[in-house]
Amino acid sequence: MNAPAKPNDYSAYPDANGRFGGFGGRYVAETLMPLVLDLDKAYAEAKADPAFQAELKSYNTHYAGRPSPLYFAERLTEHFGGAKIYFKRDELNHTGSHKINNALGQILLAMRMGKTRIIAETGAGQHGVATATVCARFGLPCVVYMGATDVERQKPNVFRMNLLGAEVRPVTSGTGTLKDAMNEAMRDWVTNVHDTYYLIGTAAGPHPYPVMVRDFQSVIGSEAREQILEMEGRLPDAVVACIGGGSNAIGLFHPFLNDESVRLIGVEAAGHGVSTDKHAASLTGGRPGVLHGNRTYLLQDDDGQIIDAHSISAGLDYPGIGPEHSFLHEVGRAEYVSTTDEEALAAFQLCSTLEGIIPALEPAHALARVGEIAKELGKDKIVVMNLCGRGDKDIFTVADALGRSI
Amino acid sequence: MTKDRIDRRFAALKAENRAGFVTYVMAGDPDAATTLSVLKGLPAAGADLIELGFPFSDPMAEGPTIQRAAQRGLASGMTLQGTLDLVAAFREGDADTPVILMGYLNPVLHRGFESFAAAAAKAGVDGLIIVDCPPEEADPLSDALEAEGIALIRLAAPTTDDARLPAVIRRTSGFVYYVSVAGVTGVKEADADAVAPAVQRIRQASGLPVAVGFGIRTPERAAEVARVADAAVVGSALVDEIESAAQLNENVTEKVLLKASALAKAVRSARVGTK
Repeated sequence: MNAPAKPNDYSAYPDANGRFGGFGGRYVAETLMPLVLDLDKAYAEAKADPAFQAELKSYNTHYAGRPSPLYFAERLTEHFGGAKIYFKRDELNHTGSHKINNALGQILLAMRMGKTRIIAETGAGQHGVATATVCARFGLPCVVYMGATDVERQKPNVFRMNLLGAEVRPVTSGTGTLKDAMNEAMRDWVTNVHDTYYLIGTAAGPHPYPVMVRDFQSVIGSEAREQILEMEGRLPDAVVACIGGGSNAIGLFHPFLNDESVRLIGVEAAGHGVSTDKHAASLTGGRPGVLHGNRTYLLQDDDGQIIDAHSISAGLDYPGIGPEHSFLHEVGRAEYVSTTDEEALAAFQLCSTLEGIIPALEPAHALARVGEIAKELGKDKIVVMNLCGRGDKDIFTVADALGRSI
Repeated sequence: MTKDRIDRRFAALKAENRAGFVTYVMAGDPDAATTLSVLKGLPAAGADLIELGFPFSDPMAEGPTIQRAAQRGLASGMTLQGTLDLVAAFREGDADTPVILMGYLNPVLHRGFESFAAAAAKAGVDGLIIVDCPPEEADPLSDALEAEGIALIRLAAPTTDDARLPAVIRRTSGFVYYVSVAGVTGVKEADADAVAPAVQRIRQASGLPVAVGFGIRTPERAAEVARVADAAVVGSALVDEIESAAQLNENVTEKVLLKASALAKAVRSARVGTK
């Protein structure tokens, strides 16, 4: 397939059927199709309703703590000796990550639609915690599907979800990670169509989820754009974010899509290395296919079977990627690179000791590439990285990787 | 041209005033040789149509029984091509029983729709059911299958309302598969009273026979459904037999065919004395 031309206006995507070029769409069982179409309609109405937007903005401000600061990471900038490095501090949000942005938006929509039960999937547990949080806040029962492997490596978040009143159901099928949790959530949804809202955490799944999650997360990029214009009087030269399903990255990228001078750089998880069979870099090491309701790049074998992803970061451990990223990759608007487990661990420690910020392992993947990007750009340039989550949840994993017991 | 085999079979069933019995097993569960011997025995055990699953790593619409069958199939090395090879081997001894492949889109997409359709027609496949390919996304696949005379069988669900039904049955042929419960395979039980009007509605809108599946595990339920539908599909109950026989080291083929016979008998006698 020839690479399609770069569009002039990215706001034209997706089309009415949820297509970003050849990616996206709605590949779900017939039982779910009417629900997905209903959701599309309900979201379009909510999006156009000033009252809905005002309500969301109010909760973002007073409950989630937005806007999150844009912070000049002075010591890391000195350390690398290149472009000025800014962090978008989404780890300071209520619940400790960017996931609350989307959870708030979707639960307001779910209530508007009259749904009375919420289900979600989670990998690292950040989306599960965000969902459990908004369910507690609005008094809705919440079931979170989480791979059994992830339940084990993200115990603090499992306990948090329980404290918030959510039921965490460990999923043992497959390798017990995020994709299996998503399968199980879809099985729950198809079984409980009458009252259940599926609150998907990443910018993937059947249309309208990729566009809806993107819209709710775009608050990250919109704020960052405004903040950098205020602080530096100009746009950044590059914005950088880590990618599992890609919700924080698309939220950062989207408001910059039509700013041609701004490079958009997504960082996938390379696990033990993209040349090994243990990584989660769908764009670097995968091919287009259909999974979880959308056509996108997937890790798959010669028979079209999905291959399990691997990453030290549970939040990036997904064999697919949101369809808009596949599109931006194919048209060449965004660049996608990768970071290994080992590099992410080093960046995790560097950020902790130089900036006094313990990042989640997910943004540590982005940080691991920021040094090179800053050097490549040079001293008078600006790079903005989304620090999309805090690292408290990862201290056990990191201690283990460093051979320490706590 | 292969979808004719489906049409001929439903015409014959109509002439006999009885519903068809449709069996589902997973290719390669527990291994290819066993699947082939089961397939060969099914027509004599009373199967009027055969659905053969091809395994997928992420079967989102399946209950635990068929999820495990897919895992066993993949573990035994079964692939999409391996499934077509099984159909070709079955066809050597049976030119009449329709065979419908059932699974998920990605293996077919990965193979390429044209390449798959040509190979499937050559193997003797009559129809294809793709769980995660709704009509809105199906045109490229329909084009490839129609060129080879293979029916893309559509699923209708309890959530499919009258407004949506025309979209669902557009470009479908062979028969329509009514998913009788909102849920995954083999967990909830079908409610025969609710099934009857749905079957009627779909039959009228499509002009095609309607097969009912997803919630039929017992001969009693199969008979109830057979009284109102054009065919009753049983999957998980047969796959359970395969699983338990394999675990107990019993003769898998014998056990599953015995179960199939009991279900077939119930379906065949369901309308006796009615007209």
